[in-house]
Amino acid sequence: MCDIKYTPKDFKSNQEVRWCPGCGDYGILTSVQKAMAELGYPREQWAVISGIGCSSRFPYYMNTYGFHTIHGRAAAIASGVKCANPELKVIQVSGDGDATAIGGNHFIHAIRRNIDMTILLFNNEIYGLTKGQYSPTSEYGKVTKTSPYGTIEQPFRPAELALGAQGKFFARSIDTNVKLTAELVIKADKHKGTSLVEILQNCVIYNDGAHSIITDKEHKDDRQIVLRHDEPMLFGKDKKKGLMLNSKGRLIVVTIGEHGITEEDILVHDARCADPHIHWLLANMKAPELPVALGVIRNVEASCYNEKMEEQITMVKSSSKITCMEDLLNSGDTWDVD
Amino acid sequence: MSSKKEVIEMEEVVIRFSGDSGDGMQLTGTQFSDTSALFGNDVSTFPDYPAEIRAPQGTVGGVSGFQVHFGTTDIKTPGDYCDVLIAMNPAALKANLQWVKPSGTIIVNIDTFDEKQIAKAGYTSNPLEDNEQWSYNLVTAKITSMTIETLKDSGMDQKSMVRSKNMFALGMVYWLFNRPLEHTLDFLNQKFGKKPNVAESNKKVLQAGYDYAHNIQALAHNYQIVPAKIEKGTYRNITGNKATAWGLMAAAEKAGLPLFCGSYPITPATEILQELALRKDLGVKTFQAEDEIAGICTAIGASFAGNFAVTTTSGPGLALKTEASGLAVITELPLVIVNVQRGGPSTGLPTKTEQADLNQALYGRNGESTMPVIAASTSGNCFKYAFESSRIALEHMTPVILLTDGYLANGAQPWKIPSMKELPTIKAPIATEADTDFQPYNRDEETLVRKWAKPGTKGLEHRIGGLEKLNGSGAVSYIPENHEIMTHIRQEKIDRIADTIPEQEIIGDQDGGELLVIGWGGTYGHLATAVNELREEGKNVSLTHFNYICPLPKNTKEVFSKFNKHLVCEINLGQFANYLRSQQPDFKYEQYNKIMGLPFTVKELKEKINQLLEEK
Repeated sequence: MCDIKYTPKDFKSNQEVRWCPGCGDYGILTSVQKAMAELGYPREQWAVISGIGCSSRFPYYMNTYGFHTIHGRAAAIASGVKCANPELKVIQVSGDGDATAIGGNHFIHAIRRNIDMTILLFNNEIYGLTKGQYSPTSEYGKVTKTSPYGTIEQPFRPAELALGAQGKFFARSIDTNVKLTAELVIKADKHKGTSLVEILQNCVIYNDGAHSIITDKEHKDDRQIVLRHDEPMLFGKDKKKGLMLNSKGRLIVVTIGEHGITEEDILVHDARCADPHIHWLLANMKAPELPVALGVIRNVEASCYNEKMEEQITMVKSSSKITCMEDLLNSGDTWDVD
Repeated sequence: MSSKKEVIEMEEVVIRFSGDSGDGMQLTGTQFSDTSALFGNDVSTFPDYPAEIRAPQGTVGGVSGFQVHFGTTDIKTPGDYCDVLIAMNPAALKANLQWVKPSGTIIVNIDTFDEKQIAKAGYTSNPLEDNEQWSYNLVTAKITSMTIETLKDSGMDQKSMVRSKNMFALGMVYWLFNRPLEHTLDFLNQKFGKKPNVAESNKKVLQAGYDYAHNIQALAHNYQIVPAKIEKGTYRNITGNKATAWGLMAAAEKAGLPLFCGSYPITPATEILQELALRKDLGVKTFQAEDEIAGICTAIGASFAGNFAVTTTSGPGLALKTEASGLAVITELPLVIVNVQRGGPSTGLPTKTEQADLNQALYGRNGESTMPVIAASTSGNCFKYAFESSRIALEHMTPVILLTDGYLANGAQPWKIPSMKELPTIKAPIATEADTDFQPYNRDEETLVRKWAKPGTKGLEHRIGGLEKLNGSGAVSYIPENHEIMTHIRQEKIDRIADTIPEQEIIGDQDGGELLVIGWGGTYGHLATAVNELREEGKNVSLTHFNYICPLPKNTKEVFSKFNKHLVCEINLGQFANYLRSQQPDFKYEQYNKIMGLPFTVKELKEKINQLLEEK
């Protein structure tokens, strides 16, 4: 922390923002700048690393250190940044193509290693910068320029990739919910390890309304649930709807006051449970049958890679006889020639 | 029984240990060369092994060899032909007989010469019984059965006992060349510290082999190779890969920066990553990435964050790093990319040597993206050129490719230990809070180098990336004229590195002469030996050997102009020759190329040079 009181404006760069009018990325940019101001770390401590894609223009609009890298590799580059200088606060920005297609390998391995950084995955289920081709998160059958007869492949769900890679933090927000996104970016920062925040984002040009099933005004309240640790899983306009597990271990929607259901019967969210089973079920809920889960779905403490890296170095240094190159050069078998 | 043995003094000897890839021949050869180096001989080694860890037993394809050349004189190569061949089975004999000198000694493990093994090796009859025309001194020893006999009271099972048979062979060779056993005894104690019975049995077998060689009549004499007359100083044995790792670490220390290595295991480069991983005591951070791409990308991230970053690989891995290396070019971040060349294309010959990645290093990226290319030429000077590559990367804010090869990487030689005090300080152009008018792409007028502003430095927040930059501010720019300016600046920046590198030297006639042999990288030992031998015979031939490939030393043309004929020798189809044709077009370049996954032999080089000298 530092003495300077920041405002979101302090994190705006002098570059003109060039996303399409109405793009969901504007809302996310505002959220992140808001979160950074609230977190209050010195501005020079932030490093924002991105790959390629619309979302990856992000660093140019941030008045922090920033690196716009190459397609798919941001997670690897960000891993190097954090390990090289653990003092830095690293935010890695990716789209669904960047993170789950070309960069899928780096994405899962960064999460597996639990490197202390925040990954913001803007998921608009389309390739925008190349003008509208399907992505690994596009729904089955989606018609795009490269799938004129509909896709014939099942989409990835980023949460499943993260949990499959033993992810310790997974949260989800929507681009239009600036307040929630900012809150999640803060929580992600506070979590030690790789924190994945999936932000459902709308591409107005190539995939407009991709998330409308949960964002439409008339259904919004019934199709979204914001999960909070230790609180009952309630949603709906009057918070009368809730989630329960049925006898077969599946999540179901119930209404308080119907069939004798009381608030006592509703599941209480435990984001810190190491067993990912319930997080898996929650993260995979699909509308309209079930509400889509937002908020922090999983937040588990574990050791992180960059910390262990420092620990090992400290440990070996404390016991080794070799303290500099001169020592190393002259160690072991040597002989003198006179 | 005691018999008076004749001791013969020799100047140099080449020994080749060979057996199945599981027979421990690499370890045996390494022990012999370390012992010889400690004894004071000059040494050069050449491990030659199959890509398979345990290739089909008993077949020629599975033979693993380790050649040691040691002597009282300056030894520059592992030798073309061997004086002594140790063949642990018929396949080893079959694979290596062509490399034995006519008067050489062959020690075979006769226990393995049964019908089955002979057939497996591809012989139709027992080669040892069908050898009237042989001029070799053949020593047949029951190495397997004598090993078992030695260990019969150890309580070990037969399979475990047989595993020590390489020590029996090593013991025999130690006696033959009057080597002390101490180094290997210490080594065994250390290696099997937690298994004292294994250490004991190996030591017992080593001694048994030594005693056996002493006792038998077949070895009529043993040899004395007195210590070499080499430059004063403290020495150690070092392989090219270890020297590379140490050179990188020395550079980090001299630059006052933490060293970060992002890498992925690949033959024959892996030992560099392994060596760096050991050196946490020196603060080295190693990151074994999920793939080659992540290897270089984590390194680029570390470089952006202010570490001295390196990535290590071999040919196919360099291909995978191509796109990211272009990112380092356009962002002008320091980075050393070590490419230990092996036989290609594709997976090619992973354990064999080649110089065929030169084109890839020079040209293998999209766009105009020149980066310096440096090549080491001996196992020992991998240290020097790793250090030089680091200096250039850090002081000139550029990625640099360091080329070594499988031959240098795995080969070992005695190496005079440098003093850290004598190495130059490396001054990276790091921006500080005092740089109030910092702009990421402002440049030093003389070198065209930009400043390196590390994240965490107050007031220097900036953005860089793979999109074209506006000259100076570094903002994204699509202006046509700016792209042309930036492309020229990036090229000119690399060209000006020529001002900081040493001039090209001539080995031989400084004022010029008839034939100039031109080489680069790992072929130095063979080329220098061939040229020196011919010069001793009075031939008008000199050598110039390149370590700085891009940019070339400024006096290159001047050196070439002094000679009538130019012969470029390399282990590829002529990549350096073609590069010279574009860079120095005023000369007619003759070529000598070999592409067998093996180093040159001195013999074939001399033949080619003689042929050219005789041509009118």
